[in-house]
Amino acid sequence: MEVQEEMSKDLSTHSAAVKRRMSQRLKKRQAAEKRFQFYGLAAIFIGMMFLVILFTTIIGKGWPAFLQTSVLVNVNLDPEIIDPTGERNVDKMMQANYTKIARQGLYAELGGKPKNRRDRKLMHNLLSRGVDVQIRDAVIADPSLIGKTVPIWLYAHGNVDALLKGAIDRNTDNSSRLVKDKQIAWMDKLVAEDKMVKRFNWGLFTHPASSQPETAGLGVALIGTFFMVIIVLLLAIPIGVAAAVYLEEFAPKNRITDVIEVNINNLAAVPSIVFGLLGLAVFINFMGLPRSGSIVGGLVLALMTLPTIIIATRAALRAVSPSIREGAYGVGASKMQTIFHHVLPLAFPGIMTGTIIGIVQAVGETAPLLMIGMVAFVQDFPTTPMEPATALPVQIYMWATSAERGFVERTAGATMVLLAGLFILNAAAVYLRRKYERKW
Amino acid sequence: MVATHVVESKAPMLEQTNDLAEAETTNVEPAEKSTKITSEDVCVYYGEKQALFGIDLEIPENSVTSLIGPSGCGKSTYLRCINRMNDVIDICRVTGTIKIDGKDIYDPSLDVVELRARIGMVFQKPNPFPKSIYDNIAYGPRIHGLTSNKAELDELVENSLIKAGLWNEVKDRLSGPGTGLSGGQQQRLCIARAIATKPEVILMDEPCSALDPIATATIEELIDELRSNYTIVIVTHSMQQAARVSQRTAFFHLGKIIEEGETTQIFTNPQNEKTQDYITGRFG
Amino acid sequence: MTTEHIVSSYEDELASLDSKIAQMGGLTETLIAQAFDALCKGDVASANNVILDDAKIDEFELEIEEQAVTMIARRQPMALDLRQIMVAIKITSDLERIGDLGKNIAKRVLSIHTEIQPNQLMHGMKSMQDLALSQLKDVLDAYAERNTEKALAVWRGDEEIDAIYNSLFRELLTYMMEDPRNIGLCTHLLFCAKNLERIGDHTTNIAENVHYLVLGTNINEARPKGDNTSRMLINQDD
Repeated sequence: MEVQEEMSKDLSTHSAAVKRRMSQRLKKRQAAEKRFQFYGLAAIFIGMMFLVILFTTIIGKGWPAFLQTSVLVNVNLDPEIIDPTGERNVDKMMQANYTKIARQGLYAELGGKPKNRRDRKLMHNLLSRGVDVQIRDAVIADPSLIGKTVPIWLYAHGNVDALLKGAIDRNTDNSSRLVKDKQIAWMDKLVAEDKMVKRFNWGLFTHPASSQPETAGLGVALIGTFFMVIIVLLLAIPIGVAAAVYLEEFAPKNRITDVIEVNINNLAAVPSIVFGLLGLAVFINFMGLPRSGSIVGGLVLALMTLPTIIIATRAALRAVSPSIREGAYGVGASKMQTIFHHVLPLAFPGIMTGTIIGIVQAVGETAPLLMIGMVAFVQDFPTTPMEPATALPVQIYMWATSAERGFVERTAGATMVLLAGLFILNAAAVYLRRKYERKW
Repeated sequence: MVATHVVESKAPMLEQTNDLAEAETTNVEPAEKSTKITSEDVCVYYGEKQALFGIDLEIPENSVTSLIGPSGCGKSTYLRCINRMNDVIDICRVTGTIKIDGKDIYDPSLDVVELRARIGMVFQKPNPFPKSIYDNIAYGPRIHGLTSNKAELDELVENSLIKAGLWNEVKDRLSGPGTGLSGGQQQRLCIARAIATKPEVILMDEPCSALDPIATATIEELIDELRSNYTIVIVTHSMQQAARVSQRTAFFHLGKIIEEGETTQIFTNPQNEKTQDYITGRFG
Repeated sequence: MTTEHIVSSYEDELASLDSKIAQMGGLTETLIAQAFDALCKGDVASANNVILDDAKIDEFELEIEEQAVTMIARRQPMALDLRQIMVAIKITSDLERIGDLGKNIAKRVLSIHTEIQPNQLMHGMKSMQDLALSQLKDVLDAYAERNTEKALAVWRGDEEIDAIYNSLFRELLTYMMEDPRNIGLCTHLLFCAKNLERIGDHTTNIAENVHYLVLGTNINEARPKGDNTSRMLINQDD
């Protein structure tokens, strides 16, 4: 009693000195809080700034990759050159000299074939080396065009493209410029006639690997990545979720499960290149799966994603309120019924989020794919996961090491495609979580 | 005039003074009721730690028995022995026997799942499944296959809700989420869910601790009604609640039963000093 | 007593309830003593004082009852505490009745103070008063000490008061029969004696309550009943 009274007295009648000290402290505390908030804001600001810089450089460098300079050429699909026998034999038609047809068309556009051999070469170099494929594809697709003269948009040479996009400066000296004065004159003429235009570059998404930037695309990489994602989904989700459910719900808690748990957590932190080595040793050397095939890539990435999925699933399972389990047990549900009817549906959004984050990680992974040879120059589209393919990040890596001017913008463009893909996956994760997240 | 009491049994109790003759018949329990649950020397261990020390308790049929005691005294642990809820915890070990209607529930030949269907349980926090009201109730009957067609199931759901006093409030929104109800309604939904599997015993683990006084009164009224058909065991921290709803009370302390007897006696004239100290708020 | 309540203000309230009952009991004791003194001496002034003092006892009763009701509402007492509060209400009401009986004696003083009181009779009355007063004192002690032995002794001792009352009754009747002029005085004295006997009964009630308070059970014996006056017939032949 007495002590209490003394205390209350103490609290109600502070001396002036105490009051002064208290108010000073209060000011200090408030200042500390403001400072802390400022640090937080500054950190966010710096982070945002880096993000903005990253995006502006990538988009600034990458957007031209989505445009490709093309020349509208009236080509005379001469049957003498394409199909002299008139058999319409596809194999033979494939081997015709389409480059000649393209060049003849170009001569016509630019007022005749130059007499000078050097000039001829310069004129030839206005067009991409891949134009023969463009004309060939058009002819094979519609053989009835043979014998007619048709307008076709042919790719301009990479250097022409670069000049038009401003990557090569017109004002440098003729001798050191990749595009010569004469070529510039022709180009200006074509541009003036609206026959040389920057068009949307579908080829970026559809073309396979190529040594010329104008005909190089992400086609093979996209297919390879798609195959790998499918393999990862099919392998990592069922195995990961099943392992997590077993470990979390059924496994007895003993030394062995402790060791397993620690190892799973460690696996998540193992550098990805190690998984590449593992893939190389086990899947390719030991099991004899094809090198560079997306099946090996998928397997390696699935292995890499497993720990992430297991950890995320266990966290999601643990986050389900125990009261729901109790409720289910209380009405006489068996353990499996409790897990499958109540716990898993409630953990679903968490599992989805973890899984998608794991897949996003896998999609962006390069190192292990380099180890298993998915860094190949693949020109044929793979139709099965067993055939050689590349992946988006690997393609970016390969383009980044190429010398041609046009590959710089393509590297950035491919990065944009990769980022967009990852963004869509993340958005899907958020959407799924919002949709299935239920309050209890 | 005066509004009727939510708990109806209070009204006759008040009138009793005027009508002594009638009071004799309305409020005094029939002296002998057969024993529903018998516990003999029940001990529970969590790993190395012993939580219950030789519990002997007889719980009479069709009555409310309340278990009181300070936190950690083992009353919830004991409650969870009755429907073998402790089985879920790996490190938990139970010795001794608990018999329901003379049958040992820890007999290895007895199926836990079937046992839990016979013993409903209501928890401290209302925990409806995040499903519709209908599915909440229908879940138990469905997994046990209690009904053979939709019509029977509908009827069972309706009956359970009526018994739990919730039917009129939810009959128009059976497909609405169970979690959308108020706290008291959720708890009654949980009681309806427990009733739906046609149990003989209902265990309640502090069923009102998360509810406001009005919702609490509604639940207590419900407990009073259910008592005629079910054997109810309730763990509560509210001494007043134990005094209001139960016919018998057992006081647990440090894993032992200190005193057990008629509720009226425990709360007016406990025999043990510890019980006295606890229920009068003198616990040190 | 047992361990203290966790809520100290509850403990304080229970203690104050006890101390108020002790005060009220003390006041009642003095009041009875004064009233009887006034009766013996025919002291009107003192009798008037007694009548005024009874109001204080009534006030005490109201105060204690109010506190008890408040405590029931606020503390929801259980077991021993519940019994203490219920018993407090009952004891105060007994004490208040005792006070009223004392006041009644004082009032009678006003009507009979002029008459000479026969010494022998007053002697019997005095011993009855002494006994009633000591019983009251004992029962209040028993309450304060929570002493069931003492309470039981008081409870059993009531028989003695009844016995004195029986003999007084007989004596007074004899006086009245001897000389009809005594009837007025003797009737008043009879009532005074009856009042003292009633005080004894209330004291017994208090003793029962003390027993219940401490043990939680009622006294398990048949109460020795000594008041036979209702069956007493006075025949001239006696």
